[in-house]
Amino acid sequence: MFPDDLRYSREHEWVRVDGDQATIGITSFAANELGDIVFIETPEAGATLSQFASFGVVESVKAVSDLYAPISGEVTEVNQALRDQPELLNTAPFEDGWIARVRLSDPTELDALLDAGAYAELTGG
Amino acid sequence: MSVAERPAETDASGRGAAFASPHGGEQLQIVQPLIFDASAAGRRGVRFPAPSEAAIAAAGRQPEIPDRQRRAAAPHLPEVSELDLLRHFNRLSHLNHAIDLGFYPLGSCTMKYNPKVNEWAARLPGLADSHPLDPDPLAQGSLELEWLLAELLREISGLAAVSLQPAAGAQGELTGMLMARAYHRSRGEGEQRTKVLVPDSAHGTNPATASMVGYQTVTIRSNERGGIDLDELRGHLGADSAALMITNPSTLGIFEDQIDQVVAAVREAGAIAYMDGANLNAILGRFRPGDAGFDVMHFNLHKTFSTPHGGGGPGAGPVGVSERLAPFLPGPMPLLVEGDAAEVLRNARAGRSTPGARFELEPDGERPQSIGRVRSFTGNFGMFVRAYTYIRSNGDAGLRAVSEDAVLAANYLRVRLADAYDLPYDRICKHEVVFSGRRQKRESGVTTLDIAKAILDHRIHPPTIYFPLIVEEALMIEPTETESIETLDRFSEVMLQIAEAARDDPDSLKRAPVTTPVGRLDEATAARRPDLRHAFGGGQPAVPGGEPAVPVGAG
Amino acid sequence: MAYSPHTEADHRRMLDAVGVASIEDLFADIPPQVRAARFDLPAPLTEQEVRAELTRLAGRNRIPRVSFLGAGAYRHLVPSVVMEVIGRSEFATSYTPYQPEVSQGTLQSIYEFQSLICELTAMEVASASHYDGATATAEAALMACRLTRRDRIAISTAVAPQVRAVLATYCSGPGIEIVEVPADLAEGGSGLTSVEAAARVLDEGVACLVAQQPNFFGGLEPMRELADAAHAAGAQLVAMVEPTSLAVLAAPGDYGADLVTAEGQPLGIPLSYGGPYVGLMAARMASVRQMPGRLVGATRDAQGRKGYVLTLQAREQHIRREKAASNICTNQALCALAATAYLSAVGPEGLREVAELSAARTRQVAAAIEEAGLGERRFSAPYFAEVAISIPDAERRHAALAGEGIVAGYPLGRDYPELAGTLLLAATELTTDDDVAALVAGLEATR
Repeated sequence: MFPDDLRYSREHEWVRVDGDQATIGITSFAANELGDIVFIETPEAGATLSQFASFGVVESVKAVSDLYAPISGEVTEVNQALRDQPELLNTAPFEDGWIARVRLSDPTELDALLDAGAYAELTGG
Repeated sequence: MSVAERPAETDASGRGAAFASPHGGEQLQIVQPLIFDASAAGRRGVRFPAPSEAAIAAAGRQPEIPDRQRRAAAPHLPEVSELDLLRHFNRLSHLNHAIDLGFYPLGSCTMKYNPKVNEWAARLPGLADSHPLDPDPLAQGSLELEWLLAELLREISGLAAVSLQPAAGAQGELTGMLMARAYHRSRGEGEQRTKVLVPDSAHGTNPATASMVGYQTVTIRSNERGGIDLDELRGHLGADSAALMITNPSTLGIFEDQIDQVVAAVREAGAIAYMDGANLNAILGRFRPGDAGFDVMHFNLHKTFSTPHGGGGPGAGPVGVSERLAPFLPGPMPLLVEGDAAEVLRNARAGRSTPGARFELEPDGERPQSIGRVRSFTGNFGMFVRAYTYIRSNGDAGLRAVSEDAVLAANYLRVRLADAYDLPYDRICKHEVVFSGRRQKRESGVTTLDIAKAILDHRIHPPTIYFPLIVEEALMIEPTETESIETLDRFSEVMLQIAEAARDDPDSLKRAPVTTPVGRLDEATAARRPDLRHAFGGGQPAVPGGEPAVPVGAG
Repeated sequence: MAYSPHTEADHRRMLDAVGVASIEDLFADIPPQVRAARFDLPAPLTEQEVRAELTRLAGRNRIPRVSFLGAGAYRHLVPSVVMEVIGRSEFATSYTPYQPEVSQGTLQSIYEFQSLICELTAMEVASASHYDGATATAEAALMACRLTRRDRIAISTAVAPQVRAVLATYCSGPGIEIVEVPADLAEGGSGLTSVEAAARVLDEGVACLVAQQPNFFGGLEPMRELADAAHAAGAQLVAMVEPTSLAVLAAPGDYGADLVTAEGQPLGIPLSYGGPYVGLMAARMASVRQMPGRLVGATRDAQGRKGYVLTLQAREQHIRREKAASNICTNQALCALAATAYLSAVGPEGLREVAELSAARTRQVAAAIEEAGLGERRFSAPYFAEVAISIPDAERRHAALAGEGIVAGYPLGRDYPELAGTLLLAATELTTDDDVAALVAGLEATR
């Protein structure tokens, strides 16, 4: 149900690690809970994230939610496509709906995250 | 949801648009074009006289408006005849549901009958043409009316003083919180008291208001009976508490039966007890917040006191306060400066003016501890006229009966619908009752939204849905005291029929509404690609509409 | 009681269904120790009795036979057709359009309102309205703080005193500092906001400059220069304007205003002793997500039919709660409808006539007073439709004329001690030659 190659936070963000680079986004579970997402506010490239701290906001038609960084690091790229097509967060949360790429500052932080199985358990299967 | 191709619409003049009712599906054409589409260059509605010769001559002897201050191109206002204008808005009005058309059990909004004599009164030229800065000797009627209304609200609430100024309930809340803070500051406790306690069943305005005053909101859990959890409350109360904001009866329609202990705990902690008066319609003549020790309450004149909601305003949100908060009330207040208050009240009861009585508008700066003005002038006076008319029409017995009938009607619906819908807090309610659509959602995937949309097809406005937040799939029903038993029975039958349909034919509910001028609208696209204004041809600023959204808000 | 539909039998049936013996049982949950101690209200009145009481109160007011009073609320023609439109109970007795399928009348009218306000102001987006001009201005200034992430507000002393007072109250909440930019109020001065003084005050900590056009004294401010001064410091210009003047005066969007507010009362709304009125707010599209208040947007249903909905609601208190841009809940929909009907009824030509007539009549009264040697304009700058005139012993004569049913404007000394002896006079299209003559005669008689 959730991709096995990702790590997950309890706040429903995911991380895909590639060397010292990571891609982050929100999970399909979060997207479903929010409903039709209409807007996302994220920091620009160059911003610094710290693990579990709020780094942005996502709005749906009837809800608004803070985004919490699953890992610390410097933002190297923000998914510009989301500005015109926030619906990608609903339709492809693990692929085209990625939110940002980050240069990891502390890879050991990944140990605090869940694997797909544990996250599936957290979200009730 | 994707947007289909643009359909054919009515002709641009609007003259082809048929009458439509918000629930009338039989008409073919139910789209009313924009007023701009009926515009033709040179057409006129209202005309004005030419300036007199004296005015023209004098203008030449005074400074002109410099050319660089003048507008380059006229705004694109519609150019329509008076008849076409009237038809346009009359046709638009046919697309609305309204109290005057049908049942409107919108919980927490008190959609009761708005008596027509109130409208008659508000339009009396002696009141409607009164300028807010007219010298006091010319405005004795306006001032007396405001003074009398404040006195009546004082008696209704049991509070020591009332300011009429706040423009709406939310502004009344802001006023209340500003006064709470001013009070703490006056005692040297402004720095230490930073937290406002709000039950989890509260209106969203409560925490939003606390934030506007720089307070931090602490959410208090409700107990299993739907009341405030006293232990949790006491656990959070302390030297850092500024206020408790509580709605009573609560948004669950339940009277806080430990209210005396709640208020005592708040006062003991040195905090301010704020009562959100949104639900005052349930308790007129039965419970007065002032008697129970509350420090401040706002009144929603557009709820309890029948002033029309106007499609979302204007309302009015006067605040009443205890003795200790009175110095902080916003100004200016209407003052009786000559004459005896008791005599003026007695005479007004008998419909008589009091010889020698004189009213004045409080001068600015009169009360140095006042939080200041929260809006211009003295408030939404037109609403004061209506509320005063309503209170006088009902009188003591009438207002008590208002609450009795409102509570009886809600309890009647509670028992009539109790088998068909889940009732999370199954006890005597006050003026509204909150059901849950969770059974329907679980059993057949029919959500509360589907139920609401299905109600629309029966020419009834749906209840408030998904509020309060602590009830899953909430359906919050407030019938009010002015609906007949036949209306309540018909609503019950509709609700039972929908519950049946949820079991037998859920897809029919998913498609609802089918008889309204439009079906369910694509709110996601509306928010992703905002189209917030008509795009006039030629040289207008580009506004996103069907185009990719302009990146907004990130800075 | 007055509006109860229930018969004795209805009551009985409902009580039986609920399973209680009496209505009293439904209030048993109110603890005895907190039950109402008293409820001493007047007895109920029939319609004819209540009409008599309201007629009595209306009769206690004395509506002036001649009035040159403005100072934030203006006596204009309210066309009959506007009163007819807002009297429609399908508009008046509906509520916030939570269910768009049965609220298209209200929603479309708000969309038209937003479009008209954008047109008038030459801005890109307008809110569905606010309580009044003062609260709209305060909310706009706080919005500028959010947009710039700064926490000081500069405001001209030539902005209406009530607006400044409301701004002070709103700023006291979040602890925003207000810095005043002095207007040139000296004898023979311009009566305008000093651009140099504004530039001195504007620094990297100031979110916005609030200026009023025409200003409280009717004077025409150098708005473009004030906008440039604000922008040079990275601040925004909040322009509070008078809506009828926009038929004649430069549109705020054209002189660089970032946020525009107005008191909408002149657009077909009765004076009604100060309310209800309607606050207008307009902005640039890029700021829309920080805008407080309701917004209506166009969209379609599944069959492709065009319709309107409340949109961008995630900004609002019912979703965002303590993180909302404002606690504002409703708009002033019925007053916004009046403004929409008014602007449609008068059209571009009619609005221009209202503005030109108001300006001409104001010049007529100023000329008449000056040429009779009764007083002199206090300020040198060109004005729109309100003018400050120094008159010897002004306060006494103002009070004496009021006794004759003539309101000789607004005594400025109440708010500006240095302007004691100065009256602020406004005229509109309703002003007649006879009104001007009556004022002049009254001033002569009280000399």
